[in-house]
Amino acid sequence: MLPAPSPQVPKRRLWLSAELPIPMTIAVAMSGGVDSSVAAALLAENNSAAGSNGSPAVIGMTMQLWNQRRLPSLLGSEEGEPGRASGRCCSLDDVYDARRVASFLGLPYYVVNFEDRFEQEVVRPFVKSYLAGETPIPCSLCNTEIKFAQFIETARKIGADAVATGHYARVRKDPDSGRYRLFTGRDPSKDQSYFLFGLTQEQLARTLFPLGEFNKEQVRAMARARNLPVAEKPDSQEICFVPTGNYRGFIDAYLNEQGRKLEDAAGDVITTDGRVLGEPQGLGNYTIGQRKGLGIATGTPLYVIGLDRARNRVVVGSNQELLKSRLLVREINWIRSVNEGESFEARVKIRNKHFPADARVEARPNGEAFVEFTTPQRAITPGQAAVFYDEDEVVGGGWITRVLD
Amino acid sequence: MRRVYLDNNATTPVAPEVFEAMKPYFLEDFGNASSIHWYGQRAKAAMESSREQIARLLNARPNEIVFTSGGTESDNTALFGIVEASRAEKKHIITTAIEHHAVLHTAKALEKRGVRVTYVRAGSSGVVDPADVEKAIGLDTVLISVMHANNELGTIQPLEEIGRIAREHDIYFHTDAVQSVGKIPVDVESLGVDLLSLSAHKLHGPKGVGALYVRKSTILRKLLYGGHHERDHRPGTENVPGIVGLGKAAELAGRHLAEGITRVGALRNRLEDGILASIPLATVVGDKSRRLPTTTNISFDYIEGEGFVIAMDLRGVACSTGAACSAGSVEPSHVLSAIGRTRQQARSSIRFSLGRFNTAEDIEYTLEVLPRVVEQLRSLSPHYKKDAAGAQPSGSKAKAVAER
Repeated sequence: MLPAPSPQVPKRRLWLSAELPIPMTIAVAMSGGVDSSVAAALLAENNSAAGSNGSPAVIGMTMQLWNQRRLPSLLGSEEGEPGRASGRCCSLDDVYDARRVASFLGLPYYVVNFEDRFEQEVVRPFVKSYLAGETPIPCSLCNTEIKFAQFIETARKIGADAVATGHYARVRKDPDSGRYRLFTGRDPSKDQSYFLFGLTQEQLARTLFPLGEFNKEQVRAMARARNLPVAEKPDSQEICFVPTGNYRGFIDAYLNEQGRKLEDAAGDVITTDGRVLGEPQGLGNYTIGQRKGLGIATGTPLYVIGLDRARNRVVVGSNQELLKSRLLVREINWIRSVNEGESFEARVKIRNKHFPADARVEARPNGEAFVEFTTPQRAITPGQAAVFYDEDEVVGGGWITRVLD
Repeated sequence: MRRVYLDNNATTPVAPEVFEAMKPYFLEDFGNASSIHWYGQRAKAAMESSREQIARLLNARPNEIVFTSGGTESDNTALFGIVEASRAEKKHIITTAIEHHAVLHTAKALEKRGVRVTYVRAGSSGVVDPADVEKAIGLDTVLISVMHANNELGTIQPLEEIGRIAREHDIYFHTDAVQSVGKIPVDVESLGVDLLSLSAHKLHGPKGVGALYVRKSTILRKLLYGGHHERDHRPGTENVPGIVGLGKAAELAGRHLAEGITRVGALRNRLEDGILASIPLATVVGDKSRRLPTTTNISFDYIEGEGFVIAMDLRGVACSTGAACSAGSVEPSHVLSAIGRTRQQARSSIRFSLGRFNTAEDIEYTLEVLPRVVEQLRSLSPHYKKDAAGAQPSGSKAKAVAER
């Protein structure tokens, strides 16, 4: 028996996507964390006993994305040594937690292995982007290519009609246009719509975000009220497959595994006005906006302004020079219908912790867009995503290619 | 929902008679078999009758049966035991590429300790050629270990021939018979083995108990140190209820052997024929003429085994992609790789393994559910759709895409 749901969740709030059969079978992605566990609990309480085709109504699933044992040097343990994997992604502990919650909720539970696809679609582009001097953000790619492509495909193959995740975001169907619209989570501090800009209409049509209307405190409270085994588990922050947030260590180890090396060609740390200040210690060690760790003593504080991979240059300058207004964005996914050549006012978010700022967005050919902020923004970084908002609605987004002067 | 269990190579339900036989040894006859008193004697007597029951099933002598914690320990004891007892300076063992991990990983561990290991390959049939085993023999060869029936394919290895070869060269011969004992006749004399591993839970006995047949006068170093139990082969207070269960299971297996081969064999054939008749692009993997009567391994083109097993489970049918121990691993089955199946083919292979509790209704239900699951999986496979669409103009090109 499940404990009584508390606080009470109105049923309709969970079904934010229309046109799904009722009863339906929902596959919920469970990471072993609090959010996806509560999402699974809410679905289990609100969905009917049986789903479509006689399948169970809610199926718990964990995506095995990365094998922590592959790069043992990152874990500080020898290959084959058990139990020391402290990294976040797909560690045995997380699978164990997810399984425990599924069993607690009485859900059938499966681990599906997407390691091959994850490496191909997420890890390789991540490494490539990094080597190109960008500061990549793999979570968005993972959402688009894995969680909402491969996962939906697998879920449908096993007989599910829809998938659910513990993301803080909301989907609604526009009754007039028939398009699915994506909104921020109700809790701005936990909103994850920034990572979801790549979702297609087909994907949105089959996706449920049961947590979209809640804030983190409510989710924790719901976890506690239900005595979920993970109710007190701390949140994870860093990129899941990069333990301890050490990008460079990961890329080093990954290349090493393939018999390659992270090359630190000779280059310059150079000011915006062309003064050479020293030699960089591998471009990978720098991110735009960084101040500390340049290893250069000057009278005024210096910041990394840009990374020029072709010439192996780290361009440094004053804080003022970090402020830029105009940028190009590639591989745009429009969630609202936007035509080429169209130009509109939006609030644009250029990294996860950035507060969206007013800008004009111009849709250009070949899936590109030009963005001009009303006031200059600090440390616009190629490789990160730029996501366009109209109030709390995601209009679209893409990857930052270039910052223009 | 109806539930059908077709994964008997992973484990089997304990037979009710086995469970009944075990019960007294938890509560009443709980004694330590090494104790002098009445309690100890009761336990000891039960253990010794179990030994007799197992010996009878294998055509061995009771004092050649050593109780262990299961197949894995039996395999480890055989391999480590023979190698470490040998006083030769250089040591070599021969095994096969299609062994269960209990043998394969033990062999790898021996390699790390300087033992030379030859892994004889099996052809696409899943059967090892005795000539390949003979060719691998060197002056330093101390042990040949070849499984009896393969767990994933059910293929039966030519142990009689290999046994003869081992005897001619005076080399110890071990077989992992975990999958064959109780399903087909296993006679240590006709097979010519010196050591044989078996596990109770594969023949409707309890988990956590098994045995190693050790031919008289085989010199074996023990794996664990402690008391002088099991004629000094295996220390530790004996798992008396488990051992009693194993004995009873062995006795029942002997009694049901003929029935299993005919009745369960007919069910397996009905399942296999039904699948091949209703599903296009499905093929049986491994030599059909040399197989356990209980097992079939079928490869379904355009199907990811993982999704198939989940979809079937959600409809109440339990089957598997291969060894339960490697489920969840991204690496394709080492057995299927070793017999030359591509990564894609290996991932589309499904093992159905039957047992004596399966009924004709089980098979009919499976045959009813399975085509819908295959259709559902294939209709959502991008490659299948592409190939189905492009089949007319460029079939060969589409085929190439599918194989990728």
